[in-house]
Amino acid sequence: MIQVEGLTKYYGNHAAIRNLAFNIERGEVIGFLGLNGAGKTTTLKVLGCVLLPTGGRVRIDGLDVVENPHEIRKRIGFLPDAPPLYEEMTVGGYLSFVAQLRGVASQNARARVLAAEDQMALREADGEIIESLSHGYRQRLGVAQALVHNPALLILDEPNSGLDPVQIVEMRSLIRNLRGAHTILISSHILSEISQTCDRLLIIQAGEIVAQGTEEELARKLGSGGFVELEVRSPGERALQAVRRVAGVDSASIEREQDGVATLRLRAPMEVRPQITRALVAADVDVFRMDRVVERLESIFLKLTHGKEAAA
Amino acid sequence: MRSALLIAQRELSAYLRTMSGYVIMAIVLVVDGLLFNVFALGVPSKRLSAEVLNNFFYIASGTTMIAAVFISMRLLAEERQTGTISLLYSSPVRDGEIVLGKFLSALAFLAIMTLASVFMPALILVNGKISLGHIVAGYLGLLLLGGASLAIGIFGSALAKSQIIAAIVSGCLLTFLVACWLLARVTERPLSEIFTAMALHNQHFQPFQAGLVHVRDIVYYLAITYLSLFAATRVLEARRWR
Repeated sequence: MIQVEGLTKYYGNHAAIRNLAFNIERGEVIGFLGLNGAGKTTTLKVLGCVLLPTGGRVRIDGLDVVENPHEIRKRIGFLPDAPPLYEEMTVGGYLSFVAQLRGVASQNARARVLAAEDQMALREADGEIIESLSHGYRQRLGVAQALVHNPALLILDEPNSGLDPVQIVEMRSLIRNLRGAHTILISSHILSEISQTCDRLLIIQAGEIVAQGTEEELARKLGSGGFVELEVRSPGERALQAVRRVAGVDSASIEREQDGVATLRLRAPMEVRPQITRALVAADVDVFRMDRVVERLESIFLKLTHGKEAAA
Repeated sequence: MRSALLIAQRELSAYLRTMSGYVIMAIVLVVDGLLFNVFALGVPSKRLSAEVLNNFFYIASGTTMIAAVFISMRLLAEERQTGTISLLYSSPVRDGEIVLGKFLSALAFLAIMTLASVFMPALILVNGKISLGHIVAGYLGLLLLGGASLAIGIFGSALAKSQIIAAIVSGCLLTFLVACWLLARVTERPLSEIFTAMALHNQHFQPFQAGLVHVRDIVYYLAITYLSLFAATRVLEARRWR
């Protein structure tokens, strides 16, 4: 759906993004993650054909953004960081205007407006003046305007910005419902949102893509590896001897022993729980609990961004 | 063209739904009425009705130019201030269509506002002796002058980041074009001829004011309008590269 090669964008002498390269397949939900000023919004604006790139090549649905921006704009729905709303219009009137602006025939516009309102739970606000809407409704309307013409690609820049926890859960659910019908690219600072909503992540820092992949892939490649935590009947020394012999276990230690229960922590980048289970059973150790602890996105993200800053 | 008309329709309804449009219209009509009473009707010496009408169009041309600056200052600068320009930029709409749509809406609003003053020439028509042709010529001139002023205003609005700066930029451009007849007086040929030809009001509006329609004046106003809208379009295109 999207092929980006060597994408660069300068504002004057300042390079907002440099030499970006990534591909996005049709139907994927991609999270675009980065700190403020990392270049997320600039990248999304280039993909949304709002800005033209200084260098590199961007193809969307086989079309080049410099040569065919007009055609591409028919196939994308773009929500900028601040929803582009005309305050004096009604919700229905605004969506109808946007639908027609994006090529929907006037006789089909109302049907598309109602469909978008249903998708974003806005039907009850159809006749409301936009100026009177709450922040949550405004964000939803922002997403609705992006999908009102049923585009193949949805680009959403911080759709959860400024929402309270309840609204975030609602928005997450609404965006999840869009999965399958569109290719979706979402940027956000809220790491948990990205990890829960997206298939794959692109992490950008100081204008460059520093990592991409699924959360697990990133944890494997960039994290300090997975850990296995297990609780066995004391004493833990016998269990420790047994697990240390398992191939794939880098290190193992007893965290604590209390009330006849020993807690062990093993470092193992690969999945080794079946082998550990067999080794413990063979050593006649009673096992109470075993969990795989994968390094979470927050720590990977912090590691990537801080590492980059430290390098700079 | 469909997109331009859509944008024009939305923009015109925004003028009519918000207070700012009515405030501009009310101020222009009040000022027109006051000046008409003081300077056109209030002169003690006896004058021909055609002279009174001539004075009315002279007064209305000034308020039309000033109103055009205030109407046009928000057209693109406000879109940029509020971020709604992203909606237009990311839609399958050419930059020329955005500019044309904005211009058409502003021209329609200006036309409504200008035609709302028609009761003043009607008073002269009822109480004096003037030709309908004089009235039509005068209003044609006002619309052409207003259209050119709006186009200059849209160019200013495309250049500036805020509405105030947009008004100042377009006000300066208009003042320069109006003052060209003064520059023509203090310069020598061929510069004086160039300034004379460029004079927005003195050279090209006064014939309309007197009830005369010259093709050269129509061409002048259309050329100013086209060049200003073209320049505004190029400014929008250039912003995509920045």
